[in-house]
This record gives sequence, structure tokens and C-alpha cells, in this order.
Amino acid sequence: MGRVSGQILGFLVDPFASFGFMRIALVGCVALALANGPIGTLLLMRRESLDGNVLSHAVMPGAALGFLYAGYSLAALTIGGLLTGFAVAALAALSAGSRPQRQDSSLIAFYLISLSLGVLIVAARGSQADLMHVLFGTVLAVDVKALLLIASISSVTMLVVAALYRPLAVESFDPAFLRAVGGGGGAFRAIFITLVVLNLVASFQAFGTLLAIGPMLLPAAAARCWTNKVWPMIALAIIIGMAAAIAGLLISYYANLPSGPAIVIGAGTIYGMSLLAAGRIRLKPKSLRG
Amino acid sequence: MANSSDPARRRRSASDVLGLMRAATAPLRQSFVVSLSALGDNAQAAFVRLFDSGYDPSASEEHTRRGEEGISVRNLSVRYGDRYAFESLTGEFAPASLTAVIGPNGAGKSSLLKALAGIVRPATGGVTCAAVARHRLAYLPQQDELDRGFPITVAELVALGDWRNFGAVREPAERLATSVYEALAAVGLSSVIDRQIAELSVGQFQRALFARLLLQDADVILLDEPFASLDESTTEDLLHFLRRWQGEGRTVVAVLHDLDQVRRYFPSTLLLARSPIAWGETSHSLSAESLARAQKALDPSERARVGWVA
Repeated sequence: MGRVSGQILGFLVDPFASFGFMRIALVGCVALALANGPIGTLLLMRRESLDGNVLSHAVMPGAALGFLYAGYSLAALTIGGLLTGFAVAALAALSAGSRPQRQDSSLIAFYLISLSLGVLIVAARGSQADLMHVLFGTVLAVDVKALLLIASISSVTMLVVAALYRPLAVESFDPAFLRAVGGGGGAFRAIFITLVVLNLVASFQAFGTLLAIGPMLLPAAAARCWTNKVWPMIALAIIIGMAAAIAGLLISYYANLPSGPAIVIGAGTIYGMSLLAAGRIRLKPKSLRG
Repeated sequence: MANSSDPARRRRSASDVLGLMRAATAPLRQSFVVSLSALGDNAQAAFVRLFDSGYDPSASEEHTRRGEEGISVRNLSVRYGDRYAFESLTGEFAPASLTAVIGPNGAGKSSLLKALAGIVRPATGGVTCAAVARHRLAYLPQQDELDRGFPITVAELVALGDWRNFGAVREPAERLATSVYEALAAVGLSSVIDRQIAELSVGQFQRALFARLLLQDADVILLDEPFASLDESTTEDLLHFLRRWQGEGRTVVAVLHDLDQVRRYFPSTLLLARSPIAWGETSHSLSAESLARAQKALDPSERARVGWVA
């Protein structure tokens, strides 16, 4: 009995014990899960998953320009991604007041354009492999510098969310009320979008522009099936994100598969099982079925 | 250069230099400390200004301004793209008045309320309302503008009304639980205090929002179709709050559809159809002649499309 459990333990631990890149990938994914839990949950509760997706693609042309300028360098990709991410976020914030309701079609048009633009820019200089890196990321190629970036961003994110949790939550539910009581109004939307962009850039190092939103939204969506309270939802999203990361890394190690998609599939599987197990599809409140 | 080879002397001169430097930089260091603490104060002030300007526990004690604050608008217009929601509205919602805003669909009633609340920026003109800057204005949007799927309980929703006593970051006071319970009892919702808002009926949810208004204790209260799709008894109950608020010296403005209701409960009425048709005593604003003019105010093609609801 002891031997079997020892073998299982070995099966789970060996890859991380033997290879430094697996350890770095694990720490990076855990750090990402810690920040993605609260951000993903808030995104979901604001019904802004689509906006998050659009922002994740907005990172693409900037990162591609960084790549064009300096090759596959962390600093260039990060700065480029941050620049276009924030530019688009600022544009969205400015235009938010002038349009009476949201227009999904223009969001989708925007993300298709920025994605194609990014691909063209990368293809102009790089190889097919570079393109795959930018689009899908390489969890296992995260180095110590990238790890520090990811860890810093997730620390900042958790501190800000902890400090400003109440207004962030209220702003996503009833922004007019928050403005009326003088809670700061637009400032929190700006802060939240900044956090989303930062985390997408952190996530981009490991998952690429196409998958960066996955580890953010899927664990939160899975957690939404199990609880109706926000704090437990955030905690659960973090745990699910970590579990998916560990499972995905192990699968990619033993089956020799790309790790980013494996982690996202892991999170997706947990989401699917949560939907079925919790049976919340039909228990969803009327207002959500719309 | 013999001196420098003497270790004791060299040490002494070094300490002299250090002392001299210390003396010379004292004012500099002092000003650095001062500026650091000033930075701290500034940072704190900036934090409060940006994120926590609603925290104002003293506000509940001073009711001196109540009954003196109305809303005045001057040449106010709101435009979406090239289409005016309403235009050139000038006048005053008197202090401690109870005003109904009424008009055809698409006449700009909701836009007017949003402009009064400072949510929509006016295309021309302006709104003067001291309560906005002091955060003593409450605005209740149409129900469908709120996300009923948001995971929050009735008690939590109502407790938010007490925002000025805890702001963005502070711990709520212990008496908050009592005042939440009292507010919920006042609107007749004591039984659902721990439910999620998603589980409430439309009427119960509106009652919960009124309980939040009770805690909010605002001087100016704007309500956008507060009785839409509510049953009669709920409407009756909530109408009493509007009259009570007016009696307490608050300025209340409500967008409504039901002409009978307005005639019975509202002393003054603004009849709006893109542009103001009549504004004053309800009997005058809702005279047959005014209503006919409101009909004509929207051009014929528009009238066919939006129709007159009342």
C-alpha cells in the first residue's frame, strides 16, 4: 500500500523534482492562478468576458511590434503588449460614455483585426515557430525573468483587489449607485481594466495571445457553478486554476503535449464537470437565462 | 602629503568631514522628511479624492440643508450621436417638491434623469444641484439596468445604502445590521433578508431597492419608472414613501406612465416630448391642451413609431 502511494507521489512529484523548467512553469502557473482567480471572477460578474477576450487580442499587435523590433525578447514583448493593451483600454473607457449601449459586433471586428495584424507583423520577420510562440505561448520556456514579471504582477493584483474589493464589486453591480454615493465611479473601472491588461500580459508569457484569457475565465466560470458568494467563488477559482495548472503540466510532461493548451483543456474539463455535477444550468436564476 | 600617512589624523579628518557634511545637509534632510510626510498626506488626500470621497459619517447629523435644495436646469439638452433625447429644458425642481416626469416613449425622460444624476453629460446647458457634489443624491435606474444575476444577498444590497458611514475601505459600524433590518421591515421584506437578489420577484426587488434608498437618506431622490410592472399593493406601499420623503423636505423626481397615478399623488408635473411641453402644477401640465401639444411635438413619422403610452 505504502509502495503504491509512494509511486503515485513519485509520479506527481518527479517531473518537478527533476527539471528546473517544470518547477519554474509550476510556480508561474500557480502565481497566475492566484491573480486570475479574483480578476476572472470579477470579469465574469461584470459580464465582460467578451471585453476581456478583446483586450487579450489587443495585446497581440503590440507584442508583435516588440517582436519585430527586438526578436523574441521578454522586455520588448511585454512593453509592446502593455502599450497596445492600455491604448485600447483607454479608447474603450473614452468611448464608453458616448454610446448608449454596447456593440458586440464592433468588439469582435476589433479583435479579428488586431489578431490578423499581429499575425502579419510576426510573420514579416519571424518563422512559423515564432508565430506559434506568440499565439499559444510556451509555458515551459518561461525563464526566471518572466517568472519575476508574472509574480510581481500577480502580487500587485492581489494587493489592489484586497484593498479595493468593495468598490470594485459594487462598481460591477451598480455603477450609477457607486457614483451617486461618491465611491469614485469611473476610477474603479479604469483600475479594473488596468489589472486585466496587466494580467493578460503576464498570462501572455505562458499562454500566448489566443489562450491568455483561458486560465482567467475558465476557473472562475467553474467556481460560479458551485457557489453564490463572491469570496468563496474567488477562492475556488484560485484552487481550480492551480489544479488545472498542475494537471495540465503533468499531462504535457508524460504525454509529450504542448503545455499551455493542456492546462486550458484541464480548466475546461473542470468547468464541464462543474456544470454537470452542480446541475446549475437549470438552477440559474431567471435573469441569467435571458 | 605626510599628513595623509598618519592614520589617527586621517581618521579625525574623515570624521570632521562627515560631521561637516551632516551639518550641511541637515536642512536638506529635514526638508526631505517634511516632503516625505507631505507626500504621505497628499497620497492619502489623493486616495480619498479618487476612491473614497463618499465616506462622510458626519453628514447624517446635519440636516440643516434639507428642504433648501432643489435642482435647477438651464437650457439642458442631451444628445446621442446626432439625435436629441430632449432639448432646451430650463426650469427648477423646487426644494422639497414631488414632481412626476411624464411623456411619450422616447421623449427623453430617462435621459433627463441621467443628466440630473450626472451620469450622462449634457450636450448643451447645465444642471445645478448642490446635493450631487455632497453625494446626497440618490438615483434609482429602471430595473432592467441592474444585473439581477449578481451574487449578493438582500441584506448586503440594502447595507450598501449606508455607504457614507463606511466608504470604500472601512469596516461597517455594528449598528448597520439593525438599520438594515429596520429598513427591510419598513418595506415589508423582513422574511427574505438572507436571500440572493436573483431569487426575488420584481416587486420584492424594488422594495429592497427602496430599503436601500431609506438607508441612503439622500436629499434629492430620482426614480426612473419605479412602479413599472409592479402589482397594485406594492405600488401603493412604495408611493407612500415618495410622499413621506417629500414631507421630510427631500426633493423627489419620478418618471412615470400612469396619468391617474400622477394626478392623484403628484403636486407638480413636467410633461416632456423631446422638448418641454408644460412644467408646473399637475392639473395645468396634464390639461387636455398640453397633452395634445405633447402628441404633436414628436413629428408624424416618429409618432407612428413610438406611440403614446399613458
